[in-house]
Amino acid sequence: MFEHYLSLFIRAVFVENLALAFFLGMCTFLAISKKVETALGLGIAVVVILTLTVPINNLVLNNFLDEGALAWTGIAALESIDLRFLGLMCYIGLIAASVQILEMVLDKYVPALYNALGVFLPLITVNCAILGGSLFMVERNYDFGESVVFGFGGGVGWALAIVLLAAIREKLKYSDVPHGLRGLGIVFLITGLMSLGFMSFAGVQL
Amino acid sequence: MSDQKPREVLLAPIFANNPIALQILGICSALAITTKMSTTVTMCIAVIFVLTFSNFFVSLIRNIIPSNIRIIVQMTIITALVILVDQVLQAFAFQLSRELSVFVGLIITNCIVMGRAEAFAMQNPPLISAVDGFGNALGYSVVLLIVGFFRELFGSGSVFGVQIMPLSTEGGWYVANGLMLLPPSAFFLIAGFIWILRTFRVEQVETEEFEIGPNTRVSPAF
Repeated sequence: MFEHYLSLFIRAVFVENLALAFFLGMCTFLAISKKVETALGLGIAVVVILTLTVPINNLVLNNFLDEGALAWTGIAALESIDLRFLGLMCYIGLIAASVQILEMVLDKYVPALYNALGVFLPLITVNCAILGGSLFMVERNYDFGESVVFGFGGGVGWALAIVLLAAIREKLKYSDVPHGLRGLGIVFLITGLMSLGFMSFAGVQL
Repeated sequence: MSDQKPREVLLAPIFANNPIALQILGICSALAITTKMSTTVTMCIAVIFVLTFSNFFVSLIRNIIPSNIRIIVQMTIITALVILVDQVLQAFAFQLSRELSVFVGLIITNCIVMGRAEAFAMQNPPLISAVDGFGNALGYSVVLLIVGFFRELFGSGSVFGVQIMPLSTEGGWYVANGLMLLPPSAFFLIAGFIWILRTFRVEQVETEEFEIGPNTRVSPAF
């Protein structure tokens, strides 16, 4: 059991890296990777939110939306109902709600962390990596335990990628880049090279 | 803002103000599906549909949305449109919808859609907003189609599944470039696209925070 979870975790962090293999959360990934410090803050926020929302959405899917999931109500009419088409709406709503709640909890109990994360928390609602995590969970039929591990692993992978990119970009300030490539162009090239590097994890099996 | 010409609103986002190349919006759900032209075109049509109508509907009710819950309202409209696209795809093109997997759903969090709703549709009347949505979706599609075209042509030697260059594995002369089918190639192609675009439109190059001085020669110590 433990090996299974460990293997899933390693896969989520390195092999199927949300940012570098599936291009998820690219907008924030490219926009907020100028400094290591802010990148790290955003990375941590993504880890927390993904670890929360993927399991929550998993519970919602299995207890409300899936075909026959409403059987626990005991009402015959509800037993055969299939609400999966409402999935997208529920996931994004739940993500927005959990981000909001997390924001309030942090503000009340851990103001230091709240201030450190700053504007990134609300931004995360529209980060594709978060919704993508939930949608992959649905597509691959993860159970509750797997979805916790996958959410955490996916978040760590994304955070790792953005911190690495930010570190490279900080060094890049001192290099002489061809004129037309300055700014966005060179960042794309670097991300491509990083993605190439992560491809080498492809065969890793535990 | 309301006296903008539809022609400008439609054409500006395609090259002058391209959402991918200049605004860094909406790359998220896009690059993963450009390995083949068929999936690319499907994705483009889906985005054009969602963006045009979300801009139209958001703009239609822009005056009665309370400003502190506007994000939720916009998101609900967008999500409803995406669910529509998803259901239609599953009903009429099941194979394609399997290949697109989670990326149709991810149109919801595509920054272009939210960005245009927030930046344009909230301030402008419905029709011009719809035109703006359509134009931005076209700008997005142009980049996607270019990337998709090169990736499929060099990766599998075909376009829309029609073999253009016969593969060496099937007795032809073209040795397929497997890299083109892997994620990194999309980044390289977009970088190239930006490079070419910015060579011709110099004003789009981002201003540097500081200029790198010329190499200083080490003078002899004695």
